[in-house]
Amino acid sequence: MRVSADIQVSAPQRAVWEVISDPTRQLSFMSGITRWEVAGDQAEGLGARYRMLLRVGSAEVGGLIELVEFVAPCDIAWTSVTGVDQRGRWRLREAPDGETRVELRLAYGVAGSGLGGWIAEHVAAPTVTGHLRRSVQQLKRLVEAEQVRARAAARRTAQRV
Amino acid sequence: MAETRTAPAHARRNGRAPEPEPSEERSDGSLLTRLLRTVADRAQRRIPRADLDERDPDFIRERLPLMWLVASIWFRGEVRGLGNIPDSGPVLLVGNHSGGNLTPDTIVFTLAFNAYFGVERAFYQLAHNLVLAMPALGSLRKFGTVAASPQNARKALESGAALLVYPGGDYEVHRPSWKGNDVDFDRRKGFIRLALEQDVPIVPVVSIGGQETALFLSRGDRLARLLALDRMFRLKVLPISLAAPWGLNIGDMLGHIPLPAKITIETLPAIDVRAEFGPRPDLDEVYDHLVRLMQDTLDALAAERRLPVIG
Repeated sequence: MRVSADIQVSAPQRAVWEVISDPTRQLSFMSGITRWEVAGDQAEGLGARYRMLLRVGSAEVGGLIELVEFVAPCDIAWTSVTGVDQRGRWRLREAPDGETRVELRLAYGVAGSGLGGWIAEHVAAPTVTGHLRRSVQQLKRLVEAEQVRARAAARRTAQRV
Repeated sequence: MAETRTAPAHARRNGRAPEPEPSEERSDGSLLTRLLRTVADRAQRRIPRADLDERDPDFIRERLPLMWLVASIWFRGEVRGLGNIPDSGPVLLVGNHSGGNLTPDTIVFTLAFNAYFGVERAFYQLAHNLVLAMPALGSLRKFGTVAASPQNARKALESGAALLVYPGGDYEVHRPSWKGNDVDFDRRKGFIRLALEQDVPIVPVVSIGGQETALFLSRGDRLARLLALDRMFRLKVLPISLAAPWGLNIGDMLGHIPLPAKITIETLPAIDVRAEFGPRPDLDEVYDHLVRLMQDTLDALAAERRLPVIG
């Protein structure tokens, strides 16, 4: 099952990238995520691994994931090592007026689970899509609020000078 | 005090559930008694050896979506506090048991545990011999379910696995519905001895809602004694309930269709028995503390519920 959500953020691509690529900030904007921990010595970048869990219905599903693409400031892609099969991607693209188009994609399932798995994937889809939609909305609020604060701080500094 | 028995030496060696000792009055007795003995012998022969290797992570993983559907849609399961379970190493999960022979709390918890920690973490559950002897439930062994015996519990913990036990067993699971919010282990303390012997933490697992999946009327413990089910099948009860699709359901041997009661499970912080109760803990004191703790949690969960079944 493949679900996605996208949004336009009124901030430069680099500002959005700084937030989504920081593993310590995932819990502050990712909806439904109950756990996001660095697994291993590498905290970020290509090959970094995280233990993540997402609440869907009666269970917190997820497992160990590994970043398989890390192209600043455009793409982060991951795939599951253990747990539910999943592939995800953050896709940032420059938009007019200094804005950024943000897309979050997730493909998930359990190979070999047959008809039960197919039904479960479709029943879970609205919940997972809702998490993705809220995640990009929260990301937008977070980044845009930081932009406003940064601009205000810059104004204050300029007035003092 | 729960009755204690010694398993035959060969049963202890191979980890198989204890078989009944041959009795002198085996050849006599009424026709009904002989018939029951024959059935008992056949059932005992069906009890599989406890082979921990029968747990199959791939099988579990492939069944998780179906379990998720049942747990999420039918039981609207909610499991809290899984973070209280140590991330690795052997641990004894001690739960209160509800819902007759179908035990929806086990389905919901097994799903939650495997989804949270991953199917790669070894997780076993002890079940009554008769449950494992049922032909339709053979696949339970692939989920890590082994016959309830001290030998099997030891083997599981020694292998470094998480082990789920229900000390109340058949006695608790068939309690009347109006006692649904009571933790009742029948003063069975073997699990505390086990935790001390293996030096593993105890994690209490409290669930509510299972006893609302049917109208449980009586354990039928007198009837079970009268029919000698205790001696032949290790069954202390012959439960009587009103359940779909049977109506009056005696024994619950074929299971029933559970009502879609909301199941809520709360996992409490781990208890290191020696750290909390000293190097030689008093079993009664530990038992009373644990049951009180679980009862308080169950009372709190009950207070959250507005209506039976609906939750």
